[in-house]
Parts: sequence; structure tokens; C-alpha cells
Amino acid sequence: MPPVIDISHLVKTFVVGEVEVRALRGVSLAVSPGEFIAITGPSGSGKSTLMHILGCLDRPTSGTYLLDGRDVSRMNKDELADIRNQKIGFVFQGFNLLARTTALDNVELPLLYRSGRLRTHERQMRALEALKTVGLSDRADHKPNQLSGGQQQRVAIARALITSPSLLLADEPTGNLDTRTSVEIMGIFQRLNRERGLTVLVITHEHDIAEYATRVISCRDGLIVADRPVAHRRDADEDLRKLPLEETVA
Amino acid sequence: MSPTMTFRIAFKALGRNKMRTGLTMLGMIIGVAAVITLVAMGNGAQTVIEDQIKGAGTNMITVNAGNFTSGGVRMGVGASSSLTPEDADAIRSQVPGVQFVAPGANLRSQVVAGNQNWYTRVQGTDVDLPLIRSWATRHGSFFDTRDVASAAKVAVLGTTVNTQLFGEGVDSVGHVIRIRSQPFRVVGVMVSKGQGMGEDMDDQILVPYTTVQKKLLGITFIHNITVSASSASQTGSTADAIAILLRARHKIVPGQDDDFMIRTLEEMADIRTQAMGTMTTLLAGIAGVSLIVGGIGIMNIMLVSVTERTREIGLRMAIGAKARDVLLQFLVEAVALSLIGGVIGIALGFFIAQGMERWMSWPAKIPPNAVAIAFGFAAAVGVFFGFYPARKAARLDPIEALRYE
Ligand SMILES: Nc1ncnc2c1ncn2[C@@H]1O[C@H](COP(=O)(O)OP(=O)(O)O)[C@@H](O)[C@H]1O
Ligand SMILES: [Mg+2]
Repeated sequence: MPPVIDISHLVKTFVVGEVEVRALRGVSLAVSPGEFIAITGPSGSGKSTLMHILGCLDRPTSGTYLLDGRDVSRMNKDELADIRNQKIGFVFQGFNLLARTTALDNVELPLLYRSGRLRTHERQMRALEALKTVGLSDRADHKPNQLSGGQQQRVAIARALITSPSLLLADEPTGNLDTRTSVEIMGIFQRLNRERGLTVLVITHEHDIAEYATRVISCRDGLIVADRPVAHRRDADEDLRKLPLEETVA
Repeated sequence: MSPTMTFRIAFKALGRNKMRTGLTMLGMIIGVAAVITLVAMGNGAQTVIEDQIKGAGTNMITVNAGNFTSGGVRMGVGASSSLTPEDADAIRSQVPGVQFVAPGANLRSQVVAGNQNWYTRVQGTDVDLPLIRSWATRHGSFFDTRDVASAAKVAVLGTTVNTQLFGEGVDSVGHVIRIRSQPFRVVGVMVSKGQGMGEDMDDQILVPYTTVQKKLLGITFIHNITVSASSASQTGSTADAIAILLRARHKIVPGQDDDFMIRTLEEMADIRTQAMGTMTTLLAGIAGVSLIVGGIGIMNIMLVSVTERTREIGLRMAIGAKARDVLLQFLVEAVALSLIGGVIGIALGFFIAQGMERWMSWPAKIPPNAVAIAFGFAAAVGVFFGFYPARKAARLDPIEALRYE
């Protein structure tokens, strides 16, 4: 199968005043459909920068990026916006839900920016469907401040799923969550990856979280320094059964 | 994004901070209400002046002897002895479209009746004057052609004069008054006419112009001629024809200044209403400044809003919002602020204008286009002052916006 992501010699240089910060110094990577990749590395190693480019939020200084075979590295801002809307689902460390807006409305947000218009009813049906996928259909009317951190992150995942993207990108999605909730979130990713064949890329600096993936890529100083399959892949559902229940209090 | 959604999001955002939204709108409300009220007041006053002048007859033409400038020397109106009763006759017989003609000669004088006296204008005129001015007598009757022919010492009093000499509402017909020591018999009292053509129509005594010429001033010329055209639409052409006739009669060569001055009531009305219109525009302009202040208020709040919602903007962009979508969203918000403020302002302006009319008896009249203009202006203010903050939002970089604390 042709790769979903095919990047070669990706370089990203930030100019801060007089100083040039070389966040990525020539990264090449191919990701096949259905892979579940964990990106690890110390802080400042360029993980987020790489993910921003992969997510079409930013453009590389040099190098090429083929997404589903299309060269996106030279696309203009509007074209990139369409790609983000249609092909990519984002999950952020800080959830980034709209405050004072119900879970349902948060989830349907990407549909509002689609070029083809949908009826309100259809949008809501799909949002409800996405909420069901993350097990939150009973919280559709709740606002973010009425939800726990794990629930908020699940709403964010539902929002990322609603446009049926081919790529799910998550930048430290468990960074703000306790262990059990983190495992739950990884469980959702595993299920989406297994059942829908969704390609998932997760940034994490926790080694045990990385082991829910099928392949781990390590970054350092703007370069990929290791790229290996996971020897003993963990199963989130299994781990959840083993975890003591009192940790769910948070 | 669909327009409906854009509007819904904008209104939701405005509804979130009602106090702030309300205060921001207040700037627009006050501005628009001020413009509407001032325009209504100015317009009302204008209409009153117009009605007042037009009420005196739009087909009226006045010919005054003399001119403001004559032969390079500044002279006053009436400071010429070239206008004669024959000119009036010529106008009557030779100018087509002339209905009534009244030669006039006047003076100001002390008038005595018994032990009362009053300083007023003695207007020498002809029997046509009440017809030109559609002016009736309240007591007695106007003097007639025989009185004019014989230069009879008869007088018709304006109500103010009648009140001063004889008392309010008294029928003074048959009494004798003295003008420059000469006895005049009162034959009539006019109904009240009020202010007209810049003079108090009621504060005067009307006598035959021949009497003024022969008995009071000892002159052969006249000071003015009042003419009425047979229809209002012919007033202009009739006035022109009179000018041509008088120039010929007075042997005025081309290039030389006229020794008379012709004005139509229409012109006078126009000059007055124009002056009032300028005043109204000026006041509305000053009030319009407060609209700009309101606009700055909107811009200020929108800038605050963009800063506060930086992360939201970043998120929207990350999930597919284009710069255009963001621009439109904030622009619609700003325009909604200004338009809602504008509509409330228009309503408030109506209210104040009504109040002015009711309690201060100022005739306030809101012209329909003022409402449209106020509305358009409010929208323009929203677009103008909303554009910069909206563009600032649209130009945000999604990554930096998402990272904004
Ligand atoms: N917008 C930016 N401007 C300047 N420097 C940046 C910017 N974004 C990232 N960097 C720099 O690039 C490097 C990589 O950052 P980042 O990709 O966020 O690392 P990580 O996510 O692995 O912690 C860091 O040195 C960081 O300071
Ligand atoms: Mg990072």
C-alpha cells in the first residue's frame, strides 16, 4: 500500500531575532495506512514542530511532504485549511474545547467549515455518532466545565473523528491526565486503529504510553534517532482491568 | 461556513458578555439617537418656516425700488425714486400671467388715538393687497378704489395696532386716529396674520398708497410693488417678464445695474429653508462625531475580544477555518453590535423627538431617509471599525494562536 505520510529531508528553521533555531534538520519518514506510531523524545527535540507540519498547520522550510500522495508542502493557506478539515483529526494536550459550548456543538464544529454544506440535523446525528464512538453519548449536552479531564479529551477525540479523517494526530494527549484516564484514551486510539484502520500518530514522553503503539520513533535535536517496532505491544483494555479502581476518582 | 452559522456564532459570542455588549452598543445608541433627534428637530423647524412663508402665497412677487448696489455705490432697498405708479400700471396691463398688482409706499410713524399712541409702520398700498395676501378683515372692510383715487384719509389696522390703540378685540371702525397730526378714519381691522416675510404683518396700518404719497410724504414715486402671478408655477417667468419690462421702462442698458430688486416668495422661502437645512446638516454632523466615538468603542472591544479568543481562533483554524471565515465571523460581530445599537438608537431618537414635540412643542419631524441613512451609517461604522480587529484575527498563525496563554 502507498504510504499515507511520505516526508523526505524535512527542514524547519525558525528565525527568532538574529538567531536561527533549527527545529527540524532533515527528517525523512514514511507511514503506511493503519499504523499506530508513537513519537518520543526530550523536550525541544522537534516533536511538535514535526507534528504541526504533518498536520498541515505549518509548512516546512525545505523538503517534501506527500500526504496521501499529494504534495502539500507548497499548498497555500486555504488549501491547507481544507486538508486539515477533511483529512486530519487533531487532539491537543490542552483539549482546546470551546468554553460554554456543549459537547455536541464542540464536536460538530469541523463540519461547519466543510465546503459541502450539511443540514443541522445531519450534523448533529454525526456529532452524536462520534460521541458514541468515544463513549460519551450521554454527555452531549454537557459543557466542558461540567466534564472531567478525561471526558473533555474524549470530546476532543470525537471532534477529531467527525470528518472521518485518514490521519489522527495527537500531541501529548495524555499529558494532563492521570494514569488510568491516560490508558482509557490510549484504548480509544487502539480501538479506532484496530477497528477502522485509522492511522494514528501520538506524541508522548512516557515510555509505557508509547508501548500502546505499533512503532516508536525517537527524536533528538531535530532528527529521528531511532525508529523501531514495539516488541511487546500493550493492550489498553487489558491494562485497564488490571488497574486499581480508586485511581479513577480524578 | 454558511451565513446562518456565521450569524449564529456572532450572536452567541455577543450574548456571552451581555454587560460588555450593552455598553459597547450604548456608544452607537447615543450617537444614532443624537443624529436622529437633531435631524428631526431641524427638519421640523424647516417645515414650519416653509409652511409659514408659503402660507403667505407662493405666487407672490415683490418689486422694491433701489438695489443693494447701484452704480457702484451701496444703497438701501427703497433708496431710489425711479419706481412709479405707472410702472405698476404697466405691469398690470403688459405682463402676461399677472393677477394682482399693489403699488406701495410706506413710512414709520407715531400713531395716536385718544390718549393712546403707538409707533408703527404705515403701509400705503392698493385694494389688491388683501387679495394677494389672501387676507380678510375682522371688522369693517378694506378701503376701496374710490379711496385710492381720492387719496382718502382712511386706515385699516393690523390687530397689534388695534390692540395697542383701542384694546384687545375692540371694533374700532368709525374711530379717528392721527398719523403725523392728520386725522384718519378707521374703516377696518384685519384678522391676525402673524409673522410673514420677516415682518410682523399685524403691527402695521394699511392706507391707500396715494394718501401716503400726497398727504404724508409728498412724493410722486412709490417704494415697492407687490404682484401676484396667476399660478405658483408661473411665478418665476412672471418675475422675469417684470424685470424685462422695468428695465425697458427705466432705460437700463445691458451691463448696468437694475434700479429695482425683484424677489419671489419662493426664493425667500428657499433661502430660509436652505439656511435651516445647512444648520441641520451641521448639527447632525456634530452628532455624527459621536457615532465615530461609538465606532472606536466597537473597535476597542473587538480588539479585546480577538485577544481573549486567540486560542479559540487557533482551534477553529486548526480544524479547517480559513482566514476568510475568521474575518467574516468577527466582522459580523462588529456589524451586529453597530446595527443593533443603530436600530435601538433610531427608536430612541424617535422617542426623544416625540417627547420634544409633546412637552417642548418643538415640531420634530423625522424624514424617512434619515432613518435609512442612520442605519446605513451604523452599518458602515461597524464594517469600518470592525475590519481592523477582524483582519487581525484572520491573520493569526494557528500554531501561535493555539499556544497563546
Ligand atoms: N514558533 C517558534 N519560534 C521559534 N522557535 C520555535 C518555535 N516553535 C518551536 N521552536 C523551537 O524549536 C524547537 C523544537 O520545538 P518543539 O517542536 O516544540 O519541541 P518538542 O515538541 O519536542 O518539545 C525548540 O527549540 C523550540 O524552542
Ligand atoms: Mg511539544
